[in-house]
Amino acid sequence: MATGFDPEKAAAFVLRHGHSGWLDMQFRGIGDDWAELELPWREDLVGEPDRHVLASGPIISLMDMASGLAIWTRMKRFQAIATLDLRVDYQRPARERHHVIGRAECYRLTRSAAFVRGVAHDGDPEDPVAHIAAVFMSLPGRASRDGQ
Amino acid sequence: MANDLAVITPYAASLGIAVHGDEDGIPILHVGGEEITEGRPGFYHGGAISGLLETAGYAALRVALDAEGRKVQIKPINMTVQFLAPAKAAPLYAKARITKLGRRNANIAVECWQDDRERPRATAIMNVLLAESAG
Repeated sequence: MATGFDPEKAAAFVLRHGHSGWLDMQFRGIGDDWAELELPWREDLVGEPDRHVLASGPIISLMDMASGLAIWTRMKRFQAIATLDLRVDYQRPARERHHVIGRAECYRLTRSAAFVRGVAHDGDPEDPVAHIAAVFMSLPGRASRDGQ
Repeated sequence: MANDLAVITPYAASLGIAVHGDEDGIPILHVGGEEITEGRPGFYHGGAISGLLETAGYAALRVALDAEGRKVQIKPINMTVQFLAPAKAAPLYAKARITKLGRRNANIAVECWQDDRERPRATAIMNVLLAESAG
């Protein structure tokens, strides 16, 4: 189970289906303990009828997904995980008609928990739209090869 | 009283979030559990759950602000979601409680549930900034 894990293939699989697929999340990059995704701008995802800015719901989805990928990358395998807690600190609204990039880093991994932090930005990582912090739990006995 | 359309943002409508009813004037929202909300097969994506919780939070806040006749712009400060149990692909309901409504900010607690209201699937705490509009 621990062999042959390919984060890019896993990302391609999970991003094509369900909620992530509906949001059209795109894979941008991955490292030892981080993953980066992009959420394209879309008219029907705006949070306020009078402003062309992405709602925060899709941004939470983006960061949740990037967090999961960062954790699997650090684990070097695809294991069922559940989000325990996710906090978003909004810094400023995203720019009008602008895509949002989400980068999450798994900075600590224990046997049962994974700790993640990340930023969502619309071009300049030094000027983020939001910071996030999240904790995930691995679900024992539900290891899956779906992503491979 | 906020009308149904005012509390559903384009994003919420697009995700399939709708007003289910209300209790003591506070809207109860729901989402259907279709494929577009799915994360792990058969269960909701955490992001879709958060989207419902957040929409329910703003809906309750809108109603409370309207009741006081206040015209303010709502700006999110932060939101913390606790995922308590997986939500299966079936209708998911959410209702918020305004914990604090001040001049400059508000604190909101939101819960969502499925079959058993006593066993919430997720809860959220939201802090928002209230900016008095010039007009």
